[in-house]
Parts: sequence; C-alpha cells; structure tokens
Amino acid sequence: MINVITELSKYVILTLMIVYTFHCFYMVWRQDEEEKKELLHQQLTMIFFIDFTAFLVIYLKSMDFKVILFYIEMMIFFAAVQILYRIFYEDASLLLLNNMCMLLSVGFIMLCRLSLPSANKQLLIVAAGSAVSLVIPVMIRKMKFLKDLTWVYAGVGVVLLAAVLVLASTSYGAKLSLMGIQPSEVIKITFVFFMASLLCGKVNFRKVVLATIVAVLHVGILVLSRDLGSAVIFFVTYLVLIYVSTRNPGYMFLGLGGGCVGAVIAYHLFGHVRQRVSAWRDPMAVYQNEGYQIVQSLFAIGTGGWFGMGLCQGSPEKIPVVKNDFIFSAICEEMGGIFAICLILVCTSFFLMIVTIALKIRNPFYKLIALGLGTEYAFQVFLTIGGVTKFIPMTGVTLPLVSYGGSSVMCTILMLAIIQGLYILREDEDEEIETQRKETIERRGKRATPERTGYRQNP
Amino acid sequence: MKEEERERRLRERDIARIRRKKNRPFTFVSVFFILIFVSLIGYLIYFDAVKSDDFINSPYNTRQDTFSDRVVRGNIQSSDGEILAQTDVSEDGTEQRNYPYANIFAHAVGYDTNGKSGLESEANFQLLTSHSFFLEQMKNEFSGKKNQGDTVISSLNADLQTTAYNSLGDRRGAVVVMEPSTGRILAMVSKPDFDPNTIAENWDTLVNDESNSSLLNRATNGAYPPGSTFKIVTALDYFRQKGSLEGYSYLCQGSITVDDHTIRCYNGTVHGQEDFYSAFAHSCNCAFADMGLGLGGSSLRSTAEDLLFNKALPLNSYKTSKFTLENNSPNPLVMQTSIGQGNTLVSPMHMAMITSAIANNGVLMKPTMIDKIVNNSGDTIKETEKSEYKRLMTNNEANILGKLMKNVVENGTASALNGRGYTVAGKTGSAEFDENGSSHSWFVGYSNVDDPDIAIAVIVENGGTGSEAAVPIAADVFDAYYFD
Repeated sequence: MINVITELSKYVILTLMIVYTFHCFYMVWRQDEEEKKELLHQQLTMIFFIDFTAFLVIYLKSMDFKVILFYIEMMIFFAAVQILYRIFYEDASLLLLNNMCMLLSVGFIMLCRLSLPSANKQLLIVAAGSAVSLVIPVMIRKMKFLKDLTWVYAGVGVVLLAAVLVLASTSYGAKLSLMGIQPSEVIKITFVFFMASLLCGKVNFRKVVLATIVAVLHVGILVLSRDLGSAVIFFVTYLVLIYVSTRNPGYMFLGLGGGCVGAVIAYHLFGHVRQRVSAWRDPMAVYQNEGYQIVQSLFAIGTGGWFGMGLCQGSPEKIPVVKNDFIFSAICEEMGGIFAICLILVCTSFFLMIVTIALKIRNPFYKLIALGLGTEYAFQVFLTIGGVTKFIPMTGVTLPLVSYGGSSVMCTILMLAIIQGLYILREDEDEEIETQRKETIERRGKRATPERTGYRQNP
Repeated sequence: MKEEERERRLRERDIARIRRKKNRPFTFVSVFFILIFVSLIGYLIYFDAVKSDDFINSPYNTRQDTFSDRVVRGNIQSSDGEILAQTDVSEDGTEQRNYPYANIFAHAVGYDTNGKSGLESEANFQLLTSHSFFLEQMKNEFSGKKNQGDTVISSLNADLQTTAYNSLGDRRGAVVVMEPSTGRILAMVSKPDFDPNTIAENWDTLVNDESNSSLLNRATNGAYPPGSTFKIVTALDYFRQKGSLEGYSYLCQGSITVDDHTIRCYNGTVHGQEDFYSAFAHSCNCAFADMGLGLGGSSLRSTAEDLLFNKALPLNSYKTSKFTLENNSPNPLVMQTSIGQGNTLVSPMHMAMITSAIANNGVLMKPTMIDKIVNNSGDTIKETEKSEYKRLMTNNEANILGKLMKNVVENGTASALNGRGYTVAGKTGSAEFDENGSSHSWFVGYSNVDDPDIAIAVIVENGGTGSEAAVPIAADVFDAYYFD
C-alpha cells in the first residue's frame, strides 16, 4: 500500500513541478498585475503540495515522528519568510522569493530523506540567514560608503583565502574551511563588491590591470588550496564584470585566452587537476580511485531514469558527499530526470530574475553587484550540475540553496537579500526620478498628463 | 496637445533605445548563461536517453540489488527456448536461484550470489525490472506480493553449448562460437568450471583453488600466447606492406638462425620451396619468422593494434590482449612474436572476434549475449539491435585472409575439417608455454566460407598441436550446427 502511495507521489510531485516551472516563465510574458499576483499565489500552493506529498512519503517510509516535526518547522519558516519579506522588502521580487522557497524545499526534502539531523541543522542556518537578511535592505540604504571600501574588500578576500591555504586542514582533497566556515563563500560576496566598486566609475586601463591583479591573486590562492570550483567561479565573474563595465569584448577574449593558458599550466603542474580530468574522461577506467564518485553519481542518475525511483526508493547514500556536491544526482535518482530538468529551469529563471533586477538598477555600483552575484550563482549551478552529470570535469561545488552546507546556504541567502535590497532601492530611484520629472514639468507650468499610475511591479 | 504627446513619445522611445544599447552587454551575458543552461539540459536528456544504459548495466552498479525487495529475479533463456536460470519461490517466500544446466553454462550465464558474473551480472538491471501488465503489478502491490522480473532471452544456444562442453571433456580450455554477421555469441565454454547451483556452499574452496581457478572465465579473461593463429596478423601486415601475396617465395630448411637465436618448424619439418599460401597452410615457422624481420616491430604493432591488441574490447569483462613489439625490439623477439610466441597474449574471445571480422568482410559486429528482453507474458520489451563495432580491416584484406585460411583446411594443418558437408576456413596453432615445448592447442575459423554462418575459437590447454586437440572440437561444433 505504501508502495502505491510512493509510486503515485512521484507523478504528483512531477506534475506540480512542471506547472510551477511553466509559471516561472509564463508569468514574465503577462502584463496584468492581478493575473501575476494570482500566478504567484498558485506557485506557493504548488510548493506547499510538493512539500506535503514528499514529506508524507518520507514519513510513511521512515515512520519517524521527527519527520512531521521537521515538516511543521519548515512550514512555519516558509510562512514567516513569505510574510516578513512582504513587510520588510516591500515591492521585492516575489518570483525570486518563490524560487528561493522552491529550491530550499527541494533541498530540505532530499536532506530530510538522506539525514534528518542535517536537515535540521540546515533549517536552523537558513532561518538565521533569513533573519539577518531582514536588515540588509536598510543597511544598503544607509551605508552609502560601501562604494568606497574597494581595497578593504580586496584585502579581506586575499587575507582570508591565504589564511585558509596556510591553516586549514584538508578534506576531500581540498582545503576549504576554517573553524567550520568556508571563507571562500563569504569572499564570493566581497570579491563582487570589490570589482563593482573599482569598475563602477569611468574605467581606464589602469583599473582593468588592478582588477586583474586582484582577481589573479584570488584565483591563484584558490587553485593552490585545490578549491578549483571556486577558482573558476571567481574567474568567470571577473571576466563578465570586466566585459560589462568596459563594454569591450576584447578584454573578455584576452582573459579567456589567459584562462585557457592558466588551465593548461595548472593541468601540468598539479596532480589534483589531472585527476579531475582523468575521472571525467573515462571514470570507469579509474573506478577504484578518482572515478568512484562520478561513476556512483552516474549510476544514480541512470538508474533514476526519467521518472525517478520515488522518494526513499533509491540508494543515493552510495554516492560519497551526496548531501553536498552530489545532491543533484540524488534528486535525479529519486525524483527523476524530468524533475531535474525542471529544477535546472527554475535555476535559469532564478538567474534571469537577478539579471532583470540588474538591468533596472541605474546606480552602476549596485548594477554591477547584482550582475556579479548573479553570475556567480549561475556559474556555480553550471559547475555542480555539469560536474555530477559528467558534462564537464567535477569541481566540487555545491548547488546553491539545495545542497547541504552552512556557509554555502547562508551566503546564498545573504546574496539574495542583497539583490532584493538593491531591487527595492531601484524602486526608490524610480520614485526620485518620477518626482523630479513631475517637478520639472510643473515648473514649466504645464499640466502633466498622468502617464503612469503607480509603479508597475516587476517580478 | 497632440503635438506634445507625440514629442514625448518620441523622446521616450529615444531613451528606451539608448537604454537598450547601454544594456547590450547584459543581454549578451544573459544569453550566454541561458545557452549554458540549455546545454546542461540537453546533455542530461542525452545521458538519460542514450548513455545511461552503459552505466545502469555496469557490474559495479550495485544499487539494483535493492530492487529485489520488490521484484522476483527474472529468468534467463537460451535462444532455443531452454531455461538457463530461474528463481523458484517457495510457499514461505524464500527464493532459490536454480540453474538447470548446472556446470555447462557456468561462466556464460554466471552466478548471482557471492557477487555476480556472466549474464547474471550483465543483465542484472533487466532481470530485476518488471514490465508485467500494470494491472497485475497493481494487484501485486496491494496484496504485498512481488512482481515478476523480465526474462532475458540470450543468444546462447543450448545445443551448441552442450556439444562444445562435452567435446572439451575434462580438459582445460575454452570455446567461443559467434555469428560474424550479427555479433551474437552462440556458445561460450570455459573449463575448469563450477556448479552455479552450489556456488555459495563451495565458495571458499572455489576462491582459494588457485591451481584450477575455476571461477575464471578463460574465454574472455584468459591470457594465452596465440601461437600460430597469430600468423593471421603477420600475414595481414605483410599484405598491407606489399599489397599482394603473389611475389612471395621462401626456402624452408627446417630452422632459421638470426643473432644466435634459432627458430624451428614443428618437429623440425623441412618445408622446402614455398609460396605464401603453402607457408601459411603448413604453418611454416621459419617463413613467418623471416617475414617478421622484414616487416619490423612497429609495423607489426600497428597492424596488431588495428586488430585491438593493447586496446579496449567491446565486452563487459575481458582481459586486454598484449602486444609488446616496438621499433627497436631485438631480432629474436621479433621472430618469436611473428609466429605467435614472444610476449603476446590474447583471449579466445578476442581471437573469435578477429576471425568474425575476417568472415564479415572486415567488420567486427559488437558481440552480445542478449537477444532480447521480454516480460513475464512474453511481450518484447527491448530487442538488441545488431551494430557495427568497428572495421578492423578492408574488405579486400578480409578476402585475402579468408582465402589463406580456406587453403589451411583444404591443403594444410586443418584438413580434418575438409569434406564434411560444409566449407571451413581456419588456422591452427600450437602455443608453447614452457621450456619443455608443451603447447596449448588452438583453432580459429569460420564455416560456410562463401556466406559465413559461425566463427569459432578453441583452445585446449596443454593439448599439443592444433590439429590434435582443437580441430576435432571445432568439427563437433560445426557438425552440431549443421546436422543436429
């Protein structure tokens, strides 16, 4: 009987996910505010039912009362976030908020199924991060000096990374954490702030060189710490921000060329880089060693097929570090390939929302921050999903908001808070411009035609 | 008023245009990332649709074992309808895997306890997946019964397998029979063997018995010197270098000495004046050792590697064949290697694949032991499509080698296969494996030369010359194929 429910739940969850994903994109085409509001509400309902179905199955399979407890806690958290955002972040992008809740939900479902204590810990960190993020819009509005701290950001970044390289112990072949915190996650934010504050004004060649030097320092230390994933993310973010601020594709191609040369040198210089590549080329041949993880991951994805094995029906625990870097494989195995494709689309929508926000911001400093953080997010998603599916060599990064990992999820939530904060700021900007315009028009002594009523809320 | 309205619209449009231009880099960046995400999705679809089978069926993939909680392991059947493996479920629900043919299919069908091997390993996923009618599945789910796993219809033929098994008798060795035009494996015997019905009880003995290594599938994982069967490779390399066999002549004096190293023909026979066909038919060691010196190590190596020596084989479990000659290898080693001694090692399965390619105009079909998967009511779920693995040689080269091998049966060392009511092309071999001159007996060949039906590779360990031990086994198998 339980098997029948599990089997049916697969299709229920999948259908809800497909409709949710469709809404993400359909909504952008619609202009009607009321309709959008309705669609956003429907999305919330779908998240609710996905969670309900999934946790019902997990409870029936485990018969562990703590699962229900966790489910209730999680629901309270989601309700609080949805309400508090509407209060503190008036006019924030609700689609972005929904997507955040969706990605967190998927993460919580998988974590709860894999290890309840991890799920509890994750929920605690997510809640704490969300609480902190409530004050971020206020901070951004008040702290106008953030723009002038260019070299503080650079200094903090390099010093912290160097400290990790020297002091941290090695885990899974990489030096990542200091006292349980992964500084590279925090530095993702400071690095973008540095680049944005350096490049937001008039960009000359000197500034490009300075940015390059700092970027190379960051990337170099990360490669030495064997944190290849973060290294590549920083590098791509650097390229994108240079390109956008100089509007000169030449820099990007130059940088790309430099990156390729660097990659080749790193390949020949470092054994750990070669290992990743050999595990990617033919994981079966090195199954006993570096190929093990990726082969297990591919077993999971392959066995799951299009529709998945059903929650608690697979054996994702066979993949090493499944909670962190390989959560996507676990999702593929139990919830299926089609669900996973929807998940990628939700991530795409998530990224596009960030870019839309960046486009609407006028202040160049904030604009670059939004784009930089968005780039980091998108590329990290690409690295982790591409890595576990053997599309590209594995780099060992987490799937933001879904994977287990305190620093990662905390920083992603802060990132989002910053972006939402900037979004609200944009509304302020609009308001200012609007009043200025009205004043000018009134000064001319002519009656202005009411061209705009209220502000169009952009998701 | 209208004028003003228009002016304002124009101005707004201008602003919009300027903004769009200003935002162009953002558009590029978004498009770039959208493309990246689309390629991720594309790859995931490709993996699920095409690549995933390779991984699902990997013997390393143990996650299927949990399926057995909900599915009764399916049957394995031979292509002629015999049950090779089935699971009996007793009243109290305990399951027992039962192999009616016991030792005969030991290595080919394999075992399912204490690890997995053979078809049991290769088709594990299919055997533990149920495609029975969904209402039946529903009924089983509600009544708490297990579903019946799918049946694997193997290409193995019970009649040919039994013939080969009995013919090999209590000698050690292996027999592989396959269909050159499809890659279907019809028989695969390896001895010493074991009884898969009692493997759990006898496991410790079997694992520790290093003198017999009964668990080793010698057909795919044995590593033997190829002996004179390797002259096929030497001959191919000669043909590739010279473009023709016609101008060849050699005066065999029973032995040849180069750099203080002497190679003798079998029993010291002096073959006298020979052309290429007679040198090949009589398996003249002197001629081929001399020929090898002329061809050189690197050329022989490249031809051997074209025939998949030192290369991955399209099989789930195999031993990579070894060929070590290089440009500067010493002359004695070149001579030894040219006649199939030296450091060269090959599995019977690999020799059967080379023979199949010769029989199939140079193209090796991907070997397979699975014809199709059917559900418990016999409806086909999936059929194995025959597929080309690789062209190992040109059509012309395959023809020439076929002629040489046909001549071996008509006028040479395999003449026991002549005039039996079918035509055969083949090559014998005796591969010396110790200092006393003891040798493994080899035969590789195919029947119905004009339109080949089956290809075979036989090795009998310590069986003497090819014609003594291996050829009679091949004859039994051919007879069974054509006359039973």
